[in-house]
Amino acid sequence: MDVTGTQSHGATRIKHGNERLSGWLFCMPMLVILGVFLVIPITMALWVSFSDWSGRGSPFSSHVNFAGFSNYAAVLTKPGLAQSDFGTAIRNNAWYTLLVVPLQTLLSLLLAVMLNRRILKARGFFRTAFYFPSVTSSVAITVLWMFLFGASGSINAMLSWVGINGPNWFNDPRGLIQILLGSIGISKGPSVLTQHGLLGLSWWEWLAGPSVAMFAIMLMVIFTTSGTFMLMFIAALQSIGEGTEEAAIMDGTNAWQRLWHITVPQLKPTIFTVVTLGIIGTWQVFDQIYTGTKGGPSKTTLTPAYLSYSAAFDNQEWGQGAAISFVLFVIIIVMTWIQRQLMKDRKMSRRKTAYYAAMKAETLASAQSASGLGTGQGSARSTSTGDAEHV
Amino acid sequence: MSETHTSLTPVTLRQTDEGRFRRALHSLIHGRVLLYLALAVIALIYILPFVIQIATSFKSDADAAANPVSLIPEVWTTAAYRRLFLNSDFPVWFKNSVIVTLVVTAGRVFFDSMAGYALSRLRFPGRNLIFTLLVAVMSVPMVVLLIPKFLIIKTLGIYDSYLGMILPLLIDASGVFIMKNFFESIPRSVEEQAMIDRAGTFRIFWSIVLPMARPALVTITILSFQGSWNELSHFIVSTQSPALTTLTKGVASLASGQLSAGSQYPIKLAAAAVMTIPVAVLFFAFQKRIMNTSEGSVKE
Repeated sequence: MDVTGTQSHGATRIKHGNERLSGWLFCMPMLVILGVFLVIPITMALWVSFSDWSGRGSPFSSHVNFAGFSNYAAVLTKPGLAQSDFGTAIRNNAWYTLLVVPLQTLLSLLLAVMLNRRILKARGFFRTAFYFPSVTSSVAITVLWMFLFGASGSINAMLSWVGINGPNWFNDPRGLIQILLGSIGISKGPSVLTQHGLLGLSWWEWLAGPSVAMFAIMLMVIFTTSGTFMLMFIAALQSIGEGTEEAAIMDGTNAWQRLWHITVPQLKPTIFTVVTLGIIGTWQVFDQIYTGTKGGPSKTTLTPAYLSYSAAFDNQEWGQGAAISFVLFVIIIVMTWIQRQLMKDRKMSRRKTAYYAAMKAETLASAQSASGLGTGQGSARSTSTGDAEHV
Repeated sequence: MSETHTSLTPVTLRQTDEGRFRRALHSLIHGRVLLYLALAVIALIYILPFVIQIATSFKSDADAAANPVSLIPEVWTTAAYRRLFLNSDFPVWFKNSVIVTLVVTAGRVFFDSMAGYALSRLRFPGRNLIFTLLVAVMSVPMVVLLIPKFLIIKTLGIYDSYLGMILPLLIDASGVFIMKNFFESIPRSVEEQAMIDRAGTFRIFWSIVLPMARPALVTITILSFQGSWNELSHFIVSTQSPALTTLTKGVASLASGQLSAGSQYPIKLAAAAVMTIPVAVLFFAFQKRIMNTSEGSVKE
């Protein structure tokens, strides 16, 4: 007893001296790589965004001058092509985020709720089918999408079965809202909207909505992200358990009521995460644009991420490209902050709180009575699970 | 239907309860049919694109353009695949993707677990600072780093080289996180035994801790493989020579480049299909692990 005691004491002491060194040694590869390829380059790019570097030679050579805020001004305040391109990119991405985030959250929640039913057979098959698009590369999916949504592609062929003449998706720059307004005869905006604007775009252009081409990309992204978020919701649903829901079923509530009043409130933390990840992700669309549309048609699929790339690598406007990427960084931070404020646990109205409490008490009571009876579904199910375990 | 209904209804139920139960059960069965119907339709929407993709890759160009929906080619042809493998740079792209993915995956698994181990187990000055920095790093959106990465790779003189393609990808902050969390969940006693035997920290890590961490290692192996195989933007800014083009970059150039829209779809779709295969194989091999990670308590 005594011997092992001293021994382990000695060992701890030896290890303690060791730990200081090995702690740093173990972290060294990470520190070096993150430092060299993340921290230092961000500092370099920050300098470039304040310089007039043209891409030739080193950005730190003596030929490169400090340019103050001129790159930021060109993008944000000085009327011109750079500003209107940036405005267009923000417009496109804002619509994109506004539609993709709610839709992908709703769809993945819906899929998860459907798959979480205990009665469901072949759950594994459905889950695989819904998740598979998420593991494939965005390049491969974009190639596929361009075929499906081509002028004479699969989607338009299917639409023609029901007599619809589909658009030339990826070459159609018309905004969805403009199309909608056009169909009721409004083709020109009021001068209040056309005369004034922001970032080189008139309000009328801001309100045009996502173009048909952007809409096709949005469908693609929802198709590929819903599986990942579905898995997150499934995990959350399983940690909640089905107890309250079963009780509510016994109570004669319908599926819709159960979803909104029982499941969704309990999923709030997961919904928060999914929306946050959604906002961060949607403001970074790049791969799909690079592979598919390169910002066209008529710049309606241009996004800040792609604009930052093309300004620097295609047009050699390195300062502007770097400036755009830092503005984008700020946008992402601000957007997630706004979302956090909006989704913060606001005080529920008193009526709603009372309703919710009553609902809870009732489900609890009926859960007890149901388990007290010990009959029907519950016990039948538990035997079947028992069997499955034995097998 | 009504027979099962009654046989399930216990005799002890009071009248009102029975009515409730009946209604509940009815809506349950009714709901089940609807549920399967909805799921079947959605599953079809999710699967059909891939079926169309594979079917089209075996069509001729004219057939693909004329019959974009048919799942059976008029004439089966492997022309697209033959052209891809025998008359294009596709094999080079494939080779580059394999090299980069294997090295990056091996490196990430090793370095991520080393850092994760240090951050969870070793006590050393500066540990909290490192951890805080890691959290900060994780919040930087990757797409903002395109220009910065290009600048540093140019400055270090590793532009257009495997080194420039691989080095920056060798650490994945979220992988470090996964490993750290895992190491925190396993008991310390085994390591303490080894410490008594005066084994060095690295030996303890390598021959005792790592073998215990197999589940987490598999997880980050899958994530790293998938991540580096599907990586596009980093290769756009770190290379330009055709000899170093990866699948993502190459297929992207096929999609938007020289070929006019609407034509040559079989070869594009074949290329996209082939590049999906390794990830798909990995996915199906490990699907239980990928999809059940957080389902521990639930038995099916």
